[in-house]
Amino acid sequence: MINLFKKRQYVTVPQKVDKKEEREEKEVKVNIPDGLFTKCDDCGKIVLKEDIEKNLMKCPNCNKYFRMTAWQRIKLIIDEGTFLEYDKDLSTLNPLSYPDYEGKIKKLIDETGLKEAVVTGEGKIKGTDCVIAVMDSRFLMGSMGSVVGEKITRAVERATEKRLPVIIFTASGGARMQEGIFSLMQMAKTSAALKRHSDLGFLYVSVLTDPTTGGVTASFAMLGDIIISEPNALIGFAGPRVIEQTIKQKLPEGFQRAEFLLEHGFVDLIVERENLKETLYQILLIHRG
Amino acid sequence: MNIFEIEKASEELKKKIKELKEFSKLQNIDLSSEIEILENKLKELQRDSFKNITPWDKVLLARKIERPTSLDLIKRIFDNFIELHGDRLYKDDAAILGGIALLEGKPVTVIGQQKGKNTEENIKRNFGMPHPEGYRKALRLMKQAEKFKRPVICFIDTPGAFCGIGSEERGQGEAIARNLFEMSNLKTPIISIVIGEGGSGGALALAVGDRVWMLEHAIYSILSPEGFASILWKDASKAKEAASLMKLTAQDLLDFGIIDRIIKEPIGGAHRDVDETAKSIKQSLVDELELLRNLDIETLLNSRYEKFRRMGKFLE
Ligand SMILES: [Zn+2]
Repeated sequence: MINLFKKRQYVTVPQKVDKKEEREEKEVKVNIPDGLFTKCDDCGKIVLKEDIEKNLMKCPNCNKYFRMTAWQRIKLIIDEGTFLEYDKDLSTLNPLSYPDYEGKIKKLIDETGLKEAVVTGEGKIKGTDCVIAVMDSRFLMGSMGSVVGEKITRAVERATEKRLPVIIFTASGGARMQEGIFSLMQMAKTSAALKRHSDLGFLYVSVLTDPTTGGVTASFAMLGDIIISEPNALIGFAGPRVIEQTIKQKLPEGFQRAEFLLEHGFVDLIVERENLKETLYQILLIHRG
Repeated sequence: MNIFEIEKASEELKKKIKELKEFSKLQNIDLSSEIEILENKLKELQRDSFKNITPWDKVLLARKIERPTSLDLIKRIFDNFIELHGDRLYKDDAAILGGIALLEGKPVTVIGQQKGKNTEENIKRNFGMPHPEGYRKALRLMKQAEKFKRPVICFIDTPGAFCGIGSEERGQGEAIARNLFEMSNLKTPIISIVIGEGGSGGALALAVGDRVWMLEHAIYSILSPEGFASILWKDASKAKEAASLMKLTAQDLLDFGIIDRIIKEPIGGAHRDVDETAKSIKQSLVDELELLRNLDIETLLNSRYEKFRRMGKFLE
């Protein structure tokens, strides 16, 4: 069995790096290849993995954003010791009897220490309460199946009951194909829960991280009262490859990146990773009733 | 034999019956018993062919160019249909049409995804694949329906929302999301009917209804079988296999509780008798709207919420 508590201890955020934390960091399993070094696929430079982790998962040389795990993100955003996880035992079924879906899920659970592609719960941002959901792209590309949809819906419903704001960090390739139509229906379910939350006057902030596409874009990602994105994140409905195949031409540079969405009016602001917590706090502060 | 081979065989039988009839008339010979035998054979052939119909057969049927489109059905079901154009933001999308009409004398708003009947029309209609402005037009008309307290009826028939540069620039994801969000709480009854292809989020964006129905041979899925096969198996030619696995038929989706009703099609499919198909839909609509109109709005909205809230399979 996976010990989630232990996993959380691994997570690195270089806020106050003392000797003890540094030692723990070396055990961290992150979404970059094994070994001490990694090659940044943007600048091509060989960098110490430890240096990336200490730099909020950004390349120390060119500032490229690597993807963060859900727990790294929670550690970055939520005040230490205040996070209470919701529905952590909700687990995946195989409604279409898709061949070896269970096996695939089991392998991902072992590899990531997660049970599904989203972690939900409540916690404090600089002392201010909120409900938060964080997707993790390592888990089948953060795709949304029944568990992801249900966890997000429950989190939003709890926020509505508790009159709390909701923050969702998206990172998803879209629908969970292996769950077919059930996956599609999660788009309606999550959107409906957000509508109820919204109609009562509560705040929802979505934070789009690389990548956010498909059914997640076409539901809760685009429904924030305020939509934030990390720099250069890929955000779209269709994936770039699908579009290229459809229109049979190459896509322009920067197409579907966060800056492109900002220019076209679909994102409110782009925020650097080191400023995310403070920005979210300021937004919560302005909406505190 | 697949359904199209059977269709060919039945066309030949029909031709033979017609010839016999003409011959008997011309020569004044009574061939009625021979004709009857052939007619029975024809009926049997058509009935049997649909007994063993595969999910892939249904995919082909749902996409058949002769299949009745939204407009074919709207013309037959409603009176005084007035088409209303545009999203008031960017342009008018011909892949989604909408307007106001009467159903047995009562006002309704009608919205439908529209495919073409030939290549030229399909180019104009973008093969029924809407851009964001199509969804925004649909939402505008739904909000208008809410204001004037008339029910909304949506006909769904799309391979999916269009994937292109313009649709991304104008926020395809946002447009679909907004429809899901607003429809979930639209204060008037909504009935959505999948009449052909119900492709992905592009279909769902008109299908957050109090009732979701499908024509007997329509399909509704997360993605086209070709897309499914190419994403999961890197091989679009395995679409047939995907169609079986995906559970995209009306019968499967009724079992799953995703849809509420199957509307029967004439033997051979909806295209065989469009009038009959329209009549069945109309009857269902008239009966069900009577029921929905009598619910108070809070009950209606709560049960719409609960309907989608229940969807999903997981282990607690
Ligand atoms: Zn770099």
